[in-house]
Amino acid sequence: MSRIGASALRIEDGPLLRGEGRFAADFNAPGQLHMRIVRSPVAFGRLLGIDAEEARASPGVVAVWTAADIADLPPIDFRMTRIEGLAPYRQRALAADYVRYVGDPVAAVFAADPYAAEDGAELVFCDIDELDPALDPLAEPSPFMPETQPGLLSEPAVIRKGYGDIDAAFAAAARIVELTVSVGRHSGVPMETRGALAVHDAAAGLLTMYGAAKVPHYNRDAIARMLGRPPASVRLSEGHVGGGFGIRGELYPEDVLVCLAALRLGVPVKWVEDRREHLLAANHSRDQTHTLRAAVDARGFILGLDAEFFTDQGAYVRTHGGTVTDLAAGLLPGPYVIPAYRVAGHVRLTNKTPSGTYRAPGRYESTFARERLVDRIAHELGLDPVAVRRVNLVPEEAMPFHRGLDTLGTHVVYDSGRYHDLLERTLAHVDYAGEQARAAARRAAGEAVGVGLGWFVEKSGLGPKDLARITLDPDGGIEIVTGVASVGQGVETALAQICAETLQLPIETMRVIHGQTDRIPYGLGAFASRVTVMTGSAVRIASDDLLARARVAAATMLQSGPEALSFAAGVFVSPAGAAVSLAEVAAHLSASGGGLSGEGEFAADHMNYPYGIHIARVRVDRETGGVKVERYVVAYDVGRAVNPMLVEGQIVGACAQGIGGALLEEFVYDEGGQPLAASFADYLMPTCHEMPAVVETFLREDAPSPLNPLGVKGAGEGGITAVGAAIAAAIDDALGRPGLVSRLPVSPARLHALINGGG
Amino acid sequence: MPDKIAITLEVNGKAYPVTVEPRRTLADVLREDCGLTGTHLGCEHGVCGACTVLADGRPVRACLMFGVQAEGKAIRTVEGLADGDELHPLQQAFWENHGLQCGFCTPGFLMLAAGALGENPDMDDEDIRDVLSSNLCRCTGYQNIVKAVRIAAAEMRARRA
Repeated sequence: MSRIGASALRIEDGPLLRGEGRFAADFNAPGQLHMRIVRSPVAFGRLLGIDAEEARASPGVVAVWTAADIADLPPIDFRMTRIEGLAPYRQRALAADYVRYVGDPVAAVFAADPYAAEDGAELVFCDIDELDPALDPLAEPSPFMPETQPGLLSEPAVIRKGYGDIDAAFAAAARIVELTVSVGRHSGVPMETRGALAVHDAAAGLLTMYGAAKVPHYNRDAIARMLGRPPASVRLSEGHVGGGFGIRGELYPEDVLVCLAALRLGVPVKWVEDRREHLLAANHSRDQTHTLRAAVDARGFILGLDAEFFTDQGAYVRTHGGTVTDLAAGLLPGPYVIPAYRVAGHVRLTNKTPSGTYRAPGRYESTFARERLVDRIAHELGLDPVAVRRVNLVPEEAMPFHRGLDTLGTHVVYDSGRYHDLLERTLAHVDYAGEQARAAARRAAGEAVGVGLGWFVEKSGLGPKDLARITLDPDGGIEIVTGVASVGQGVETALAQICAETLQLPIETMRVIHGQTDRIPYGLGAFASRVTVMTGSAVRIASDDLLARARVAAATMLQSGPEALSFAAGVFVSPAGAAVSLAEVAAHLSASGGGLSGEGEFAADHMNYPYGIHIARVRVDRETGGVKVERYVVAYDVGRAVNPMLVEGQIVGACAQGIGGALLEEFVYDEGGQPLAASFADYLMPTCHEMPAVVETFLREDAPSPLNPLGVKGAGEGGITAVGAAIAAAIDDALGRPGLVSRLPVSPARLHALINGGG
Repeated sequence: MPDKIAITLEVNGKAYPVTVEPRRTLADVLREDCGLTGTHLGCEHGVCGACTVLADGRPVRACLMFGVQAEGKAIRTVEGLADGDELHPLQQAFWENHGLQCGFCTPGFLMLAAGALGENPDMDDEDIRDVLSSNLCRCTGYQNIVKAVRIAAAEMRARRA
């Protein structure tokens, strides 16, 4: 029996192993056309005209659209963190007036065959009056669209938060420690590129988009609104999704275009992104520069933190609105008490690909900045970095800990945590003192080896609510209908295990429905590490509801009182020894025209806050600037692990992405705004060679969340959050140069320059 | 549009007569003309390896080969790996060791490992990592993929012994 806590094998793996998965590009419909997007070849310019005549005449091409053809289509709106003043910066499905990044969609070509669509797209000529691109988010804000939106500058918003008496903190400081650090531009880059197939059933009045992901219900409503249709006439359907990581499943121009094209052209329309397009067009992320000033006392306790940072959000403000900046501002203080805090987070636009969230958005960046600061404090005061952390960690007695500010519209209240306990356990678990001694010995022998540590606090379980419905069929099959989405993280297995905990039936009998807007009235989807917390809790409640109904029916069948029945392994037994299984109860109810089902809704006003520690040991090659990660440990308290094997899989996978962002991955632009990382030859993601042989996970369940019936906290993001921080600290240690690493990624070229006094 | 050419591909032991443009990649022919969508396209420039199939037993990138070049070769795709209901030892090991999350790169890794173990059944850990470093996975961090291939290799050796 695979109940909560079991490392059950996944129930979703069969089709994926056999090549029978249904990813976006695998959907087809008879008579479909293929869409190809023509994209701006320049970073910034006035769009004077588009000549599509030759393309229209190209063999197989059925239609070519430019902005003029879709003038009635509104820009793509914000899904989250809508801030006053952002609206004029939204992206239109096809650029009008100006192009603002290399990759900005300017035309859509529709043809009978993808090759023909691509041929046609190459014949579209854009007449663009090129302008000097804005590429530095720290520069003075510049005009967004100088002629058509006069006065509109490239700083759409500044997010300010704070609490406590910051001036008093600085007045009382024994020392003020300051630093400026930045995290480069990188993103989720799932292995499956984006794609969609839109089919309009005119007779039924139903428009269906296959290839949905992440937030199908929200996107259904958004598409319906943009197309002026009732939501009930639009259906989104999710197949298999080849990785999400925050970037996939947001509403993008191409999604809206295929839907509109299916309506207007009267045939199904399919679009599959190629990898170059993906790297130019799908959301970038990170790219923040933080300047932090800390007022500290003699022990290194941070009395006050004054922070200013800049997020390079690229060309437009997409669906996430101010989310990334808001999260960085709200969660920058992390695990530390910090009695006074003031932050200004600048949302800045440049002529680069627009940005959104990527796994641990705002936290990978702010954790890097904060942990670099704590290391700097320790160095300047001549203290041990771990000791400074001990002094600053929020004590267990202070839980729940009210931070005194908001993020994502919720009060930041750390629900539970035993930070000092985890620190001591982790140091012992990894033999931190031994690690440091061995690294020192190797350094003495000439190697450049070092150890570093980074603390993080994650957030998970964003509400407001979720719904689940469970039906038990007379044949014993169980269907769990949810409004959640799967991006490959193991949703089906985790939710089935939660159901199995109550119903005590094998997870192999369960089918978990997700990402189907016609199966459930609402669903918030899969983001913000919310699935196991929110949907999992709804499944728990629905399972309890189903079991309670079954108990009543079973009592009638067994001529006993409901409370007198015992229940085990899916079977009720009466005091007299008569037994009836859940399937028999379902058959009994079904025979009388009813059925056996349960429904659960779970609501939450607050997020919960898992936390942990990353420890890295690295070896630097002084000749090449190469960094080898020799040992990596992630200690992570997730409250309660529904499936430890899946949690460890999340941690290790996230850690790999974190190593990518720390050492390899960066969307580099030249001075003209041309992207230099537009293929996998230039955008370097870790292979198994760049990973340590084993990422060790130290999974703890010492601080369950009091905010949900399962005690769970999210497990999807903590594996990435402190990677940059831990690796930077380890590199500093390896080279004996505290504070050396102030910018990620620490590419070999950059580190080589730093070692040799440049950089 | 360029003229089409009639060819017959042998995929997983079955003949597929198809008529395709000469410029059509093997991956597109397999997916669109043969209906074998288990072969995935992750980059179309030969880096990620999601489209890896076997041609005469050797792993190739199906995005870097034209369909017409595959005529006369025995092509094997992920759909040909299992023996009916019985999973191939690699598939079984990927399942049992959580060697996949989203599963998009999985067919490529399975075929890469199947080809490599066909050439050298006795790969040690370092050999396995060397081979597997030619494909990209964004979910797993590779740890469980390496483990699964190691375990499957042992199982395959045991079956032969």
